[in-house]
Amino acid sequence: MLPTLDGRIQTRIALLAVVGGLVTLIIGPLLPISAPLSTVYQDTFLILLAVIILGIGWECLYHFLMQWRWEKDWPTFFGLVTAIPEGLLVWGLLQAGAIPGIKGTVPTGAFVIDFLVVWIVVWLVANGPMRVPFIRWRFRGGRLV
Amino acid sequence: MNVTDEPTQIPGPPAGPTAPPGAPGEPQPATIQRHRPAARPAAAPPPAQAAGAAPGSGDLTDELLRSDQWTDAMVATAGIPVTDKPFVSIGGGIGSFVTVDYLRIAGVTPDRIAILSNLDFPWQTYEYLTRVSQIPRPERIRSDSASRPDNIWGFPSYALAEAVHDRSLGPLWHVFREPMWADFYTPKAGQVFTGLEREAKRIGYWQMLVKGQVRMVRKRQGGGYFIILTPMVGSTPTKRLAFRAEFVHLAVGYPGLRYLSELQDFRTEHQDFHHVVSAYEEHEHIYETARKKHTVVMLRGGGIVASRVLQRLMDDRAKYGLSTDIVHLFRTYITASHGPNAWNRRKGGNGFAYQGFNYPKSVWGGQLKAKMRTLEGEDRAKEYKLMGGTNTPWRRRWQAQMNEGRAAGWYRTMAGTVDHMRIENDMIVSEVKTANGKVEVAADFVIDCTGLEADISEHRVLADLLQHSGVGRNPLGRLDVERTFELRGTASGPGVIYASGATTLGGYFPGVDTFLGLQVAAQEIADDLARRGFCPRIGPARSVSQWLKWARNAQP
Repeated sequence: MLPTLDGRIQTRIALLAVVGGLVTLIIGPLLPISAPLSTVYQDTFLILLAVIILGIGWECLYHFLMQWRWEKDWPTFFGLVTAIPEGLLVWGLLQAGAIPGIKGTVPTGAFVIDFLVVWIVVWLVANGPMRVPFIRWRFRGGRLV
Repeated sequence: MNVTDEPTQIPGPPAGPTAPPGAPGEPQPATIQRHRPAARPAAAPPPAQAAGAAPGSGDLTDELLRSDQWTDAMVATAGIPVTDKPFVSIGGGIGSFVTVDYLRIAGVTPDRIAILSNLDFPWQTYEYLTRVSQIPRPERIRSDSASRPDNIWGFPSYALAEAVHDRSLGPLWHVFREPMWADFYTPKAGQVFTGLEREAKRIGYWQMLVKGQVRMVRKRQGGGYFIILTPMVGSTPTKRLAFRAEFVHLAVGYPGLRYLSELQDFRTEHQDFHHVVSAYEEHEHIYETARKKHTVVMLRGGGIVASRVLQRLMDDRAKYGLSTDIVHLFRTYITASHGPNAWNRRKGGNGFAYQGFNYPKSVWGGQLKAKMRTLEGEDRAKEYKLMGGTNTPWRRRWQAQMNEGRAAGWYRTMAGTVDHMRIENDMIVSEVKTANGKVEVAADFVIDCTGLEADISEHRVLADLLQHSGVGRNPLGRLDVERTFELRGTASGPGVIYASGATTLGGYFPGVDTFLGLQVAAQEIADDLARRGFCPRIGPARSVSQWLKWARNAQP
């Protein structure tokens, strides 16, 4: 991708909210969590919200790191591998009870599945299909508005 | 990830747009033009014009030749038949194709568009140039996976399409690892041409094509423009045809190539076009000679074409067990990473400046694109200088080959300029001025890979435009365009002239002479035309429905 800071943040919010939201809705009932579906949705959507909010900070860091790249690009691989630090941070916050509104405990396995599936689908959409409805998006550094 | 870098169209064989096809009385285009100081149109005397034709003859009259603005009556008096087309694209190369593709997808019907060109198909010049500069159809061009001139969405990318076609995950794995653990993925030239042909058929390209040589564009009194076309000989009763258009699009490609002055002097003095060649000319004889006897080849230039020619020489050397010696002369010798600070440092070494594509990738959509849009005059020129300069990709295969050649002594690099060249014992001797004094290098052949470009005023249509339309030059001396690619100063009532491609380099958007750059321009032009009511603006719903049509190969 060839993002600007604005574009990064807008893309992060839009894709996680729309695509991530849909994926969360679909996989919620399939996650290995022994709790009512309403609780599962509450927890997984709060996790998604945390990824969006924390992501704004992460995007600022990525933008800063990108300045050392001559091309000012963000390779496809980077977009995937950043799941590791971001996932670890959210998991750490979950364990510390720092994400408000979470009911009970989210099992590690369920968190890994939820986080990775959402991340990979969003990453795949950002690397191709996103360009189909939004033909100006890639020429505007990822800005949608 | 959306970048490309091959030249789009350059006047030259097999069909150069600088001379009317089949007009024996007029000079044919020179592929290579003499390197001379750029002529500023304001200072240059007007080109010598033949006296105008008689009224009613169907040719250009004195009155038409002289006037900046034409009336319908003036054209009628000349007897030139007029065809009305709201949108006319001049050039007929990939620049025209991409723009027309956008408009067709936006909903403009073929009967509202004319493409004026002496090319039979949009990739004709491009294919010629890539072939002679050592990129035949099976080889890969220097262009990004998502830069698809046959697909305005860039999805599926070339890598994905190749993966599906070949039933292999290889291309996708390649893109995933680039550029850290693999060279940038680039598509095969043949894949690009096949895709262009499919898309051209889909949008009815040949319905819109009118063959001939465009002579000039002049403003029309009352709004819009007249475009004069010299059609193919015998195809029409009159020598000229006129098109009356509200919107004109110029995509004439490079005005021409220039030779280094010492090479041109040598060729002129010795009438030798065999031993001293341009990489953009047919020069297969050099590779054939190298297969028959020991040959020394001197290369000039440090860009992608030099790399390609070098690769061919090195490939042949390995494949046929040849003893070819290569002397590579750089005018600017890059020894290491370079740039003003840690945030702007480009890789380099062994003479070359290394870059995946011909600009840093973010000029095609990221922060450099955003930044350039805000710069004017000197600031813009400075930024162009910082990111510009001759460069070539760092490719693993090339590095291995060059390292082998350096170690074995058959590939040598030098830094310097050449003052003079002469023939001695059937060899071309170049007197090279280096930092350590003068050195003489004898070679059987000299290949000029510098790819210098001619001034825009050397293109006939552009020269006429500079003289009669009010268009100015940008900080790099090319056509001055707005962010919408409208040519500044050329408005005629509601009419607009747009330009895209190499002639606009120096504007608010740098990567103009690339596949993706042409699409960036096409999008700006289509959006501007939508604002002016010429066509609908492509929104998300239309974009999706049109993409589905593209996928089904159905007409837009």
